[in-house]
Amino acid sequence: MGNVLQLLLAGLATGAIYALAAAGFALLWQTARTINFAQGEFVMLPAFFVLAGTEWLGLPLGLAILLALVLALLVLGLLFKRAIVDPLLPQGVLPVVIATIAVGILLKESVKEFYSAEAQPFPSLVAGGTLHLAGAVLSLQDIAVLLVAGLAILAMQLFLTRTRLGRMMQATAQNPEVALVLGIPTRRMVLYTFLLNAALVTLASILISPVYLAKFDNGETLGLIAFIAAIVGGFNQIRGAIAGGFLVGVVDNFGAAYLSSDYRTGILLLLLIAVILLRPHGLWGRAEERTV
Amino acid sequence: MSAGRLAGPAIGLAVTILLLLLPLTLRGYGIYLMSLWAVLTIAAMGLNLTLGYAGQVSLAQGAFVGIGAYAAALLTTAGWPLALGMAVGVGLGLIVGWLLGYPALRVQHHYLAFVTLGANTLLFLVFRNEDWLTGGVYGIPGIPRPRIFGLATDDPLVFYYFCLAMLLLVTLALGLLLRSPWGRAFEALRENPVRAESLGIDTRRYTLLAFAIGSAVGSLAGTVYAPLVQYIDPYPFALGMSLNLLLMVVVGGSGRFFGPWLGAAIAVLLPEWLRFSEGLYLVFYALLVILVLVFLPGGLMGIAERLRLGRRPVAG
Amino acid sequence: MRRRELLSAIALLALAAPSLQAAETVRIADVIELSGNGATVGNMWKNAVEMAVEEINAAGGILGRSIEITHFDTQSNPGVSRAAVQKALDLDPYVVLGPIYSSSTKVNMQLTRQAGVPQIVGSEASVITEMGNPFIFRTSLSQAASMPKLANYIRDGIGAKSVAVLWVNNDFGRGGRDAFVAEMEKRGIKVVADISSEVGQSDFAADVVKIKQAAPDAAFVYLHEEESARFLREARKQGLDVPLIGETTLLNQKVIELAGEAANGVRGHVGLSADAPLPSIAAFRDKFVARYDTTPDHNAIKGYLAVYTVKEITERIGGFDRKAFADALHCTTITLEQEPGILIETSWDDKGDVDRVSFLAEVVDGKQKIVDTLPPLGVTCN
Repeated sequence: MGNVLQLLLAGLATGAIYALAAAGFALLWQTARTINFAQGEFVMLPAFFVLAGTEWLGLPLGLAILLALVLALLVLGLLFKRAIVDPLLPQGVLPVVIATIAVGILLKESVKEFYSAEAQPFPSLVAGGTLHLAGAVLSLQDIAVLLVAGLAILAMQLFLTRTRLGRMMQATAQNPEVALVLGIPTRRMVLYTFLLNAALVTLASILISPVYLAKFDNGETLGLIAFIAAIVGGFNQIRGAIAGGFLVGVVDNFGAAYLSSDYRTGILLLLLIAVILLRPHGLWGRAEERTV
Repeated sequence: MSAGRLAGPAIGLAVTILLLLLPLTLRGYGIYLMSLWAVLTIAAMGLNLTLGYAGQVSLAQGAFVGIGAYAAALLTTAGWPLALGMAVGVGLGLIVGWLLGYPALRVQHHYLAFVTLGANTLLFLVFRNEDWLTGGVYGIPGIPRPRIFGLATDDPLVFYYFCLAMLLLVTLALGLLLRSPWGRAFEALRENPVRAESLGIDTRRYTLLAFAIGSAVGSLAGTVYAPLVQYIDPYPFALGMSLNLLLMVVVGGSGRFFGPWLGAAIAVLLPEWLRFSEGLYLVFYALLVILVLVFLPGGLMGIAERLRLGRRPVAG
Repeated sequence: MRRRELLSAIALLALAAPSLQAAETVRIADVIELSGNGATVGNMWKNAVEMAVEEINAAGGILGRSIEITHFDTQSNPGVSRAAVQKALDLDPYVVLGPIYSSSTKVNMQLTRQAGVPQIVGSEASVITEMGNPFIFRTSLSQAASMPKLANYIRDGIGAKSVAVLWVNNDFGRGGRDAFVAEMEKRGIKVVADISSEVGQSDFAADVVKIKQAAPDAAFVYLHEEESARFLREARKQGLDVPLIGETTLLNQKVIELAGEAANGVRGHVGLSADAPLPSIAAFRDKFVARYDTTPDHNAIKGYLAVYTVKEITERIGGFDRKAFADALHCTTITLEQEPGILIETSWDDKGDVDRVSFLAEVVDGKQKIVDTLPPLGVTCN
């Protein structure tokens, strides 16, 4: 029983990170028809912005995180949109997909060359220590990850559904033509989506790196699992992607423990293929009216 | 007789002479790179058929190269001739490729990218985990080079000419295929599936065919790859190779017949040209891909085309 | 008349110059992981090789010839490593050094064999010396040589009756796991959990739960550096109270740095270590730190002694004959008295496998501490 709970909690803590990455992924798709194959690298990068701040510039951690957020907004938000998505989107979805594959390679190799090929320890915002719960052990770190990610998701949902700006973004996502007619500055809304995604990946990066270390190729696995999470949950709905993140985190842990560790990744991929073929809009997504 | 009409055959002749004579001046390493180029070009031409002509994205081409390589390695190390390995490899590629085409009937574009990406990783896991068949992580050593009409190809130069001959055969076969009604059906599929259907083209059948043939050509490349490197393990056939092949097709010019020739040449030679930059060559490569996508949607072959088109009114 | 003599003298000099130059240098090719996942280990090796070459050249070279070293990058990729060895062989080198990754060595060792060029590698997979290749030589203990020593320690030092094995599912991990399980069977120790994990895996919660459920007397952990660190942190978090045993990597300084406090208490076998209680290794360590401002690891020691092995064996055979070199490096020992640059007395058997003392170590307060020195296994030669 303790073990089952342990696996469940560990799956949820990791799943929270997947949920953040998957939510950003879904947002980009909804508002900008952008499939970001570099989303994993997007999560990897801000941790190195932080490390560059603390190690190279000697900044205190808080200031370095702020710097990382600003850099992420500029590079992963603004620059990504202007330099990659804007010129390529008119050509269709596929060129953007291919370009983001190249962006992923670019980010990964740049970090390796200009920072380090080795895994780096990353400062934690939370004190060490553990909490025992019905036979399972949770670190304060895990609890912080769950709490912060949960709050961020909640805040994002409230922002998107309760504020004027958020509703305008939602409207842009659901029907850009109508939104434009209604006088919503859709172009600016699209830009906000890219910035929101940059903020989400920065948060995910800062939460996950103290636990799993910062390394240039972390994005490979993380990105793959975040896609799977988004598609399984349904990536035309933010809440679908988020639920998918948690589900995939839990399935991964139980699969590795009770089914097969050799085929650990395979279990998730089979889930992915099954969902795409049987329920292409995802377990909690809505069917798309647009042709995909 | 305009100069433009002659340019094509003239370039073709020059390239053929270069490919035949250049290796005579090279040592082992140069010959190996040219052989590798020929093999990768075959695989990329297969993907170009699926992606460039029929418009179906596949991120699993590397796994199909793996299927061919394992078929050739297992059969030739057991004493069978490479020709049988090729037949089995291509046959398996056709079957698995046909099966992979089924998801393409239901989903398109990015969904298809995800399905094929998943399929690639699943096949990699099978290569790695089913060690009773594939030798698992230990791989298969000592893959022999074939005898062609009684001629041993152990010498690197002789084996290079074998690779080149395979490339020319594949090029010829694909050229004929694309001129046939099938080829026109593939292109109709890419341009407008709905219209293709209304014209009486069985889109379902041609989608599956595009996957099956493109994948089988990838497997054929694998059956040449195995005797080239003489040792295979699962790692070259992970997602990385599929992504590289995709980038080769795009850089060369997706849907341009000779695009993969150029794309593969750049992928193979770029690390050589950028030797001074040490590890940075992948950074440059990624930048090149992005620049090509943004500024040259037709790939590098697109430039040549544009130049020719631009010149035609003057020349004509 | 005079002018003609002068001219012919110049012509003679010009003709002689290339051969004179050739007489003064000996070319060694280093094919190593300079980029890709193996960049860290490869650069350790490369830096140590550079250091050894400069020392030897400064002291007059090998038999009066100075070493001309060329480095080739394998990108940590077996296919590329094959091309790199091909390229290295085009230079007609006397000896090839590297690579470290076993998957790369397995692909490229056929080429040096065909060319008849000795190759001294940093790889540890057992299979490399099992193919009857007369030109392949190691610089460190193979997995097949390390595991018996480790198995004895688990039986006698820990007193374990059952073990769990956690390994990384590639040729390094699988090779170590297979050799380890065979040694456990020989000693009648039961393997109660056999768990594979992925390269780059970040979440080890399920792996720790599986070890807990199997409740073994000890757990053997055979992963790469950062996966080791992630595992150790998760094990500490879940309060896994089983002795954690490792082989070289798990006790590596990098792992200790990444895992922090969670690495304390880890025990195991170390083939080569910069912390070995030997004055020669301590002196090497100081030289390396002074030059590169970083602590050398076992890969640096391997690269350094590879170059000095070339020097010593060449001086023994008295010439630059590749075949004679390969013959002389079989069934032989290089002692510290014969060549101080070997750092630690080393023997080679008839297959090119290495034998030497090794160490038992423990991580105490964030430092690797050598607690015991184990004798060599004893070389078998026909």
